[in-house]
Amino acid sequence: MARVFAPKIATANDLLEGDVVYFTANGVWSRLHGDAKVAHSPEEADTLLKAAEAFPLQVVGVYLADVALSESGAPQPVHFRETFRTRGPSNYFHGKQAVLSHV
Amino acid sequence: MYSYNEFDESYVRGRVAQFREQVSRRIDGSLTEDEFKPLRLMNGLYLQLHAYMLRVAVPYGTLNSIQMRQLATIAERWDKGYGHFTTRQNIQFNWPRLRDVPDMLDALADVGMHAIQTSGNCIRNVTADHFAGAAADEIEDPRPTAELLRQWSTDHPEFTYLPRKFKIAITGSPNDRAVTKAHDIGLRMVRNEAGEPGYEVIVGGGLGRTPMVGHVVRDFLPKADLLPYLEAVLSVYNLSGRRDNKYKARIKILVHETGAEKLKAQIETAFETIRSELTGPDAELVAAIEAAFAPPDFDNTRSVAFEEAVAADPLLRSFVETNVAEHKNPAYGIVTVSLKPVGGTPGDASAEQMRVLADLAERYGHDELRVSHEQNIILPHVRRADIAAVHAELKKAGLATANIGLISDIIACPGMDYCALATARSIPIAQEIAQRFDELKLEHEVGPLKIKISGCINACGHHHVGHIGILGLDRAGVENYQITLGGDGTETATIGERAGPGFSADEIVPAVERLVMAYLNLREGSDETFLQAYRRLGLSPFREALYPQEMQSHAA
Repeated sequence: MARVFAPKIATANDLLEGDVVYFTANGVWSRLHGDAKVAHSPEEADTLLKAAEAFPLQVVGVYLADVALSESGAPQPVHFRETFRTRGPSNYFHGKQAVLSHV
Repeated sequence: MYSYNEFDESYVRGRVAQFREQVSRRIDGSLTEDEFKPLRLMNGLYLQLHAYMLRVAVPYGTLNSIQMRQLATIAERWDKGYGHFTTRQNIQFNWPRLRDVPDMLDALADVGMHAIQTSGNCIRNVTADHFAGAAADEIEDPRPTAELLRQWSTDHPEFTYLPRKFKIAITGSPNDRAVTKAHDIGLRMVRNEAGEPGYEVIVGGGLGRTPMVGHVVRDFLPKADLLPYLEAVLSVYNLSGRRDNKYKARIKILVHETGAEKLKAQIETAFETIRSELTGPDAELVAAIEAAFAPPDFDNTRSVAFEEAVAADPLLRSFVETNVAEHKNPAYGIVTVSLKPVGGTPGDASAEQMRVLADLAERYGHDELRVSHEQNIILPHVRRADIAAVHAELKKAGLATANIGLISDIIACPGMDYCALATARSIPIAQEIAQRFDELKLEHEVGPLKIKISGCINACGHHHVGHIGILGLDRAGVENYQITLGGDGTETATIGERAGPGFSADEIVPAVERLVMAYLNLREGSDETFLQAYRRLGLSPFREALYPQEMQSHAA
C-alpha cells in the first residue's frame, strides 16, 4: 500500500546570510515559514522542488520538508528540526526569533 | 610561543586572497554551490542550521593575548559578540555572513591565525595537552612537535585528499589530558631505557559511530624518526583506507579490518623506505621551533600572602581546589578558567570575557592562553602570589566558576541548536543538568565526574569517553537521549557501555540524578570516584537506578 502523502514545502538557506528561507506561491523566497507554498500531492511536490531549485544565486541546499496543515490551511512544521529552523537556537535569543520579534 | 615566519604569513595571505575571489565568484554565479562548497570547507566555512559557521584553527590550543583580543574583535564586528570554543581546541563563530568571511580571515591573518584544515579529508589541526609546557608531570613540552606537525601537514600534497579526515593528538605527559587514544594517531611522550624522550605511537583510535581505543604500534619512536614514521602511517592509510564507504573510511576501520599486527608490519615496511628518502626535518628549523617554545622567564619568589588569602576567602579556596593545577615551577599554578557557568552554554565566551582573559594573560600569565578540549580556557603560568588577583578579576567577568572536573564541567557539542548534522540538542541538556545539581548543592560532594554530551553519532561531544556519556538521537521524530557509562578519555581510555534504552528530553536529567544518587549510596567512601565505583561494581547497580520500573517488573 502506498504511504499516505504528507504535504510538503520547499526550504533552503539564503546564500549570503545563511538564514532559513521558504519558497512561496509568488515564486520568491521568504524568511517566514507561514509564507511557504504547500504541495498537496507528489506531483505538486516535484513541481515545487523544481521551481525552488531555479535560484542558485539566492539559496543553498533546497529540499522538501513535511508539514501539517492548520485549520486555515497554514503549514506547520512536523519534525522538531524544522521547528527549530523556524526560530533559531534555544540557548540565545538569536536568529529568526530575534528578527521576527522586531517585525 | 611560535610566531609566523614570512613563509607562513605569505601562504596564509595568499589563501585569503584566493578565497576572497572564490566568494565573489560564487556570489556572481561563476561558481556553482557544488564547486564552491569544497573551497569554503577548505577555509573552515560551514553552512549550518541557521547560518554559516566559521571554524578557526587554534593550533595545539595555544593563543597569546593579541590573538585572543582579535577573536573578541571579530566576534563583535562580524558575529554576535561571542565565540564557541570546541572539543578540538578551536573556536567557532556561529553567525558570519558570506560576504564578510574574507575580511574575517584577513583579520585572523593579522594575528597569525587562519581557518585552514579545519574541515575536509586532510590532517586537521593538531591538538595537544592544554597544560603543555606547564604541567608538573611533563617529560617535555609537546608543542614544538605539534608545531612541526602543523608545518609538515599544512597543504601536504600527498595528504590533501585522504580517504577521510585525520586527527593527531599529542601529549608530553604520562597523564593523558589530550585523549590521545581516541585519535587517528595519538603520540604520548615516553622515555626509553637510556632516558631519552621519544613517542609511544597509537594508531586507529576514534569515537564517532564506531568508537575504538587506538592500538600502540610503536612503544618507543625516537624523536628524529617522527616525520618519516608518520608519513609511513599516512601512506599506508592513504593507499589502503576505504574510499567506498564514508562510514568505514577512517583509519580505525583499516586497523580493525586489517588487524593491528599486520598493519604495524605494513607501516614498518613503508617506514624503512621513507626513512631512506626523508631524513627528517632540518635541524635548524627544529631548533628554531624549540626556541619559540622556551619556557617563560619564571619568577621564583614564593609568597606567603597567597596561603593567607586562600585561608581567608572560602570562594578563592574553592576555586584553587578545583581550578588550579600543579605547575612544574612550585611558585606557579595552572589556572583553568571555566566556560561552564551554571546555566550557560559550555565553551562560549563573550567578546568582553575574551578581553578579560587576554588582559589577565598579559598581566599575570606570561602572555599565554590555552583552549582545552574540555572547552575551558587555561592560564598556564600564573604566579601563586597572583592567583587571588586573577580570581578577583575573573569573578567580575563571570568567569570564576569553581567546577573544573566536576559534574557541571560538561562537554557539549553545539547539537541541533546550531549543527546541521545533529539529531538532537545537546546544550539545553547540559544547562539543565548543571542547574539541577546546583539546586541540589551536591557538586562538591559528588566529586570528579565527567559528563559529555553529543547531539549525534559523530560524537563531537566525546560521549563515549564520558564517565556518564549522553548521546542525543532522533527516535521517530522525538529527541531521545542514550546513556553510556564508564567511559574514560585518559591514559586508561575506555569506551563507555550503553546502559539501556534512551530517555526523552524530560526524562534525561532525572535519570542522571538517579545515577548520581546511586553512586553516592554505593561508593565505599568519598575518595572513591564515580568511575572507580563503576569499575568496581559494573553496570548492573547503575542500570537498576536508571530503570527502576523495569527492575520491578522483572521482580514481579
